[in-house]
Amino acid sequence: MTTPTSAGARTWERLHPLSPVVRGSGSALALVAVLAISQVRTDNGSSSRVDVDFAVIVLVLVLGVVQWLVTRWWFDGAILHVETGLLRRDSKTIPVARIQSIDLVQPLLAKLFGVAELRIRVAGSGKDERLAYLHVDRATRLRAALLASHHGLDPATPEPGELALTVVPGSRLAMSIALTGSTVVLVAFLAAFAVTTAVSPKEGAAVGAFGFVYLLGLVTGIWRRFNTQYGFTVASAPDGIRVRRGLLGSVSETIPIRRVQALRTIEPIAWQPLHWCRLEVDLAGIMKRERGSGSPSVTKSLLPVGTTELASSIRSLVVADLGVVHTPPPRRAMLKAPLSYHHLAAGHDDVVAVATTGRLSRVTAWVPLDKVQSVRRVQGPLQRALGVATVHLDVAGRRVDASFKDRDVAEADRLVADLTVLCRAARARSAGADAR
Amino acid sequence: MTDAPGAPWSAPSPRLWRMRQAEVGALAVLGVVVALVVAVSEVRAAIIVGVVALLLASSSLYFVRRRVRAWGYLEREEDLLVRRGVLVRRLSVVPYGRMQLVEVTAGLAERAFGLSTVKLHTAAAHSDARIPGLEPDEAARLRDRLAALGEAKAAGL
Repeated sequence: MTTPTSAGARTWERLHPLSPVVRGSGSALALVAVLAISQVRTDNGSSSRVDVDFAVIVLVLVLGVVQWLVTRWWFDGAILHVETGLLRRDSKTIPVARIQSIDLVQPLLAKLFGVAELRIRVAGSGKDERLAYLHVDRATRLRAALLASHHGLDPATPEPGELALTVVPGSRLAMSIALTGSTVVLVAFLAAFAVTTAVSPKEGAAVGAFGFVYLLGLVTGIWRRFNTQYGFTVASAPDGIRVRRGLLGSVSETIPIRRVQALRTIEPIAWQPLHWCRLEVDLAGIMKRERGSGSPSVTKSLLPVGTTELASSIRSLVVADLGVVHTPPPRRAMLKAPLSYHHLAAGHDDVVAVATTGRLSRVTAWVPLDKVQSVRRVQGPLQRALGVATVHLDVAGRRVDASFKDRDVAEADRLVADLTVLCRAARARSAGADAR
Repeated sequence: MTDAPGAPWSAPSPRLWRMRQAEVGALAVLGVVVALVVAVSEVRAAIIVGVVALLLASSSLYFVRRRVRAWGYLEREEDLLVRRGVLVRRLSVVPYGRMQLVEVTAGLAERAFGLSTVKLHTAAAHSDARIPGLEPDEAARLRDRLAALGEAKAAGL
């Protein structure tokens, strides 16, 4: 368990004592493997080399222990303090108000030892803050305290109950992955391999050797998707949307609803006959000051595969889309966007803007108007010739999310004026809700 | 466009045009110098390079002038409007409450002409509100005003 050490009024806590083992075991295992191989190769054995290998393993473990000894954390009810580093002390303060999402991550090994890593995503910070590892119970309690405090409640409030929305069946996940491009490539390659081998075994072997590395990458990618999204469970709770997933390891994410910058459903062409789609949310991540300002948004999956009805019921937790009127751009825009015109459509009410685009896949984005950072109207030479213009709604992150593509110029001008006003009203409303 | 009729759009300093002319001129001079260097060995190629450089410079002045003229900004009560571009026309509407930071920069050429660029950053990468070629006084005024308004109207992410 964690060892509380008192420093004045502050109650610092350590990470779980097994953390160096769990964290170092990956590299230690690799080293042991290397050692074993070298052992087999030089079986007449110069003992000095073995000593060196052994020393490296010990060093890794010792460094891990030192890292554990110098790391401590403390939550005072509003700010999470984390201190680490032996030579260069690194002391972080994480205000709960800036939390974007909290993940509880358990790789396989951590699961075996009953520990978990807490990943806290903060707006305006370089990367996720990580506490690796804590005892599962401690991690769960800390997450509850951070979230309660984030929502302005007493940190001692117990984790609120949740309402399970859906569990993605493994068979459907497998089916959805089978219907993606990488699987098609994989099957095509295997077929090619089989045919070549049947015709001439020698050349078949050559083809196999050629494609092996690429194939390995494909298979790893497919496996990773299945492994990380297996048993995908979505639940809604007062402190946010909770997602649990994972086959070998497990990840449990909590996304406070008000932190969602944009939502997106993606319908790949092979899924369209089945009326399946994927649902993703964008959260604000890092704020960079350099050229191309803005934060690379963090995309999280809210549903790896599901029917469109299911996706819209989950979506309605975040944005209320009460039948926004979706209209396509004028037909002459087909000259400018011949490949995606059949999907283009957009609309808005006073709460949310919806825009659909895509060539093969249909991508629909929902942007709550109170999250809009700026409104832009862009008109290229071809668009000017056609008398159309595009209006972008920018949200935090690198992706432009809702674009009213190729609208009639008069409509575009009206959109810029209307959306500017509507976004301001939406902002004022949500600021009022925050102050409540 | 979207602004109230007769709303006064502000433009960058007239010296921005002179600065762009100087930039184009510098490039033309570079071309001519290259031509002279080439001329040592190959006279005919040198003449071609020199003529092409001068032609490009003089014709690009036309486009550069239109681009300089296209810049404009308008401070409204709640937001800043920035328009730019000739071929691709862009208009950005950035609410003051969304500004994360205001940056005043001056590149090499701008420093030589005593001008500066005011850049507005929001949390979105594409917001893209930049006003080049401002007089130092105007840049400072804009910076302070934007910073003050940004603070007064700040909104969370």
